[in-house]
Amino acid sequence: MDASVAVFNGIKMTGVDFVVSVPCINLKEIFPMIDDDPTMIHIPVTREEEGVGICAGAYMGGRIPAMLMQNSGLGNSINALASLNNLFHIPLLLIMSHRGCEGETICAQYPMGQMTPSLLDTLDIPYVVPTIDTVEDAIHYAWRIAIEKKRPVAVLLEIGFWEAE
Amino acid sequence: MKRFNAIKAIVQKAEDKDSLLICNIGYPSRELHDLKDRSANFYMLGSMGLSSSIGLGVALSVPDRHVIAIDGDGSVLMNMGSLATIAHQHPENYLLIIIDNGAYGSTGDQLTATALGTDLAIVAKGAGIDEVHNTFSEEEFREKLKNVDRGVIVVHVDAGNSKVPVIHLTPEKIIERFMSECARPSMSS
Repeated sequence: MDASVAVFNGIKMTGVDFVVSVPCINLKEIFPMIDDDPTMIHIPVTREEEGVGICAGAYMGGRIPAMLMQNSGLGNSINALASLNNLFHIPLLLIMSHRGCEGETICAQYPMGQMTPSLLDTLDIPYVVPTIDTVEDAIHYAWRIAIEKKRPVAVLLEIGFWEAE
Repeated sequence: MKRFNAIKAIVQKAEDKDSLLICNIGYPSRELHDLKDRSANFYMLGSMGLSSSIGLGVALSVPDRHVIAIDGDGSVLMNMGSLATIAHQHPENYLLIIIDNGAYGSTGDQLTATALGTDLAIVAKGAGIDEVHNTFSEEEFREKLKNVDRGVIVVHVDAGNSKVPVIHLTPEKIIERFMSECARPSMSS
C-alpha cells in the first residue's frame, strides 16, 4: 500500500477529526486527503507550538486532534507540550516525519533528527516507530495510549518508512 | 485605564454571551479569577503565548458557543503567527482581546515592543484579520465590547498589576470544569 494512504487510513480509523499541520515534504500527499475528507477540519499553522495550543483547545472542545509535523518542530513546541499538555493532562497525537535519521541527505536535519527520540523520552512522550504494514494500527494504538495516559504520544515516520513502498 | 477594569468589562460580556473564556497566564488570569471565577474560564498556567491559539481551537470545535480569548501584548508578540491563522480561519464565534500595557507585567514590567513602536492592531490587520478595533479608553472599549463579537479588539491600558491572590485551583480542576462547560449548549439568547 502507498505509505501516505496508510498514514491517512490510520488517522481516519482512529477518528481524528481535527488536524493542524506544518508541512514536511514526506507528508505532502497526506494533506490533500485530509482536505478532501468532510469529517476532518484541517488548519495549517505557522509554527508547531501554535499547533499544540490549537489542538489543546480542540481537545477541550471535544475533538480528536492530531498534529502533522516534521521532527524539527518538536523543538519549537517543547514548552507548550510540557506546560500545557503535560501539566493539564491533555492528549495529543503527533504524526511526526522523522528526518535526520538513516537515509537523510540534508546535513541540517541531523542535529534535531538524532536528538528526537531522547527529547521525546525526556518529555515523557511515548512513541511508536511503525512500518507501512503496521502504521494504521500504530496510530490507533498511539491515540489509545494518549487517552489512557492523558498526554501527547508520537508516531515517528522515519525516512525508511517512506522508501519501503 | 487599568487592566483590571478591562477584564471587568470582559467578564460582563462573557456573562451576557455565556462565553467560554480563555485567559493569558500570570496576573491577567489572577485578576480574572479574583473578579469572577467561572467554570467557563480556562486559566492558563504555563505555555506563554498560546491563549489566542487555545481560544481558536475551542472556537472551531465548539461553534455553537461564543469564545473569548484574553491575551497580552508580550504574549501576542511571542506567537504572532497565531494572528495569521486566526485570519484564514475567521470563526464567527471568536473574539480575541489583546490587552496592551506595553510591558511584561508578570515579570517586572520590562518594556515590550509595543512600548517601542509596534502597533498590534495594524499587525492584526496586516495578518489578514478583517475586523480589528483599537481602543484607548474604558468608555471606548466598553462601547466596542457591546457591539463586537468576533475579530480582534486591542485595548490599551496602563502597566501595573492589581493586588490579587494566586489561583489555588489545580490544573486538573480547571480543565475538568472547562470541558464540562464546552460540552453544554449555550444559554445565550
